[in-house]
Amino acid sequence: MAENEDVIAAIAGIEPGSAFAEVVAGRADIMALTQQTHDGALTPENPGGLSHAERAALAWRIAKINDHKGFEDHFEAMLEKAGVPDNAARLADIWFDGGSDLRTKALIRHVDLVAHAPKEATRRDIELLQEAGIADADIVRLSELVAFVSYQIRVAAGLQLMRELA
Amino acid sequence: MSNIVHDFTTDIPVWKPYVAPLDLAEASAEQLEALKITPSNTKVSDYVLVLAHDVETLKHRSPLFNAVMYNRGGLSRAEREIGAVGASIVNRCIYCAAVHASRYNQLTKDEDVIAAIFSDGADAEIDPRLKAILTFAVKLSKCPSDANTADMAALVEAGLGKDEILDLILSTSLFGWANRLMHTLGEPITE
Repeated sequence: MAENEDVIAAIAGIEPGSAFAEVVAGRADIMALTQQTHDGALTPENPGGLSHAERAALAWRIAKINDHKGFEDHFEAMLEKAGVPDNAARLADIWFDGGSDLRTKALIRHVDLVAHAPKEATRRDIELLQEAGIADADIVRLSELVAFVSYQIRVAAGLQLMRELA
Repeated sequence: MSNIVHDFTTDIPVWKPYVAPLDLAEASAEQLEALKITPSNTKVSDYVLVLAHDVETLKHRSPLFNAVMYNRGGLSRAEREIGAVGASIVNRCIYCAAVHASRYNQLTKDEDVIAAIFSDGADAEIDPRLKAILTFAVKLSKCPSDANTADMAALVEAGLGKDEILDLILSTSLFGWANRLMHTLGEPITE
């Protein structure tokens, strides 16, 4: 499953051999670990209660919340690769709140909160996930997905600004 | 009797999880490996035991965290801590802010910068170089990011090299990740 690619380099337009690529290469270890974490968060060998398609769809939703086109396209492509089951694709629809399905509604509510306004989160927000039948291990998996994608988008956004300096 | 800490402080609180940490008796070989549990090292924080539920990200997280905050060269360790603190005040992660603000104070033997940031946030009146670093960290931490080319130009103007700017982007972004775990999966308390 380890894909030999660097999502951030592709999205931030880091051209091999450029002076900018040389600066980023100074932290090649961090960029490689970032890619490995991306694979662990999006396509884990043991996905637990969050399928690869659901993870791609929620990541696409997080990219939309961050207004980051490069990552929207990336996660949309990952969702397509995961086969786009109907119920998973809807998770990426920013106007969809989960409807009558308790689990879907809880997942979407929490992703939106933690991506956009983590400072507002309280104990009650975790209880709402638990009350929707989501196991503690899956709550951690969901949290890592939102937290990691928020990190990765910021690294790319920063690099995109940095690239304009060159 | 315990109290939840709501205000920024450099006194490091205790972190109490809202979800059940992994029970080591039920840990898989992969989880034990990621936790680096050995007969001589059986002490693992509740935070790491919570994250162990998602071992496929945890196993990369510790080396990544250490590389971003402590790798040689580039931005000074103290200034990386300002990236962490900038993110933590935007996301109001009291625990992360306490750990990294106190680390800044230890590294610089100065308490005025953190006191100003805790009281005035992004408006803190601090040395121009630190101010450019704080402004960039705060703006990159918003959702969506609010950082722009002028903020980037201000970093260059303040004397940061490209290697230093890269480290600032990484340390700030890393806390966009850490805050979203620490602040949402548990709470800071004093016992």
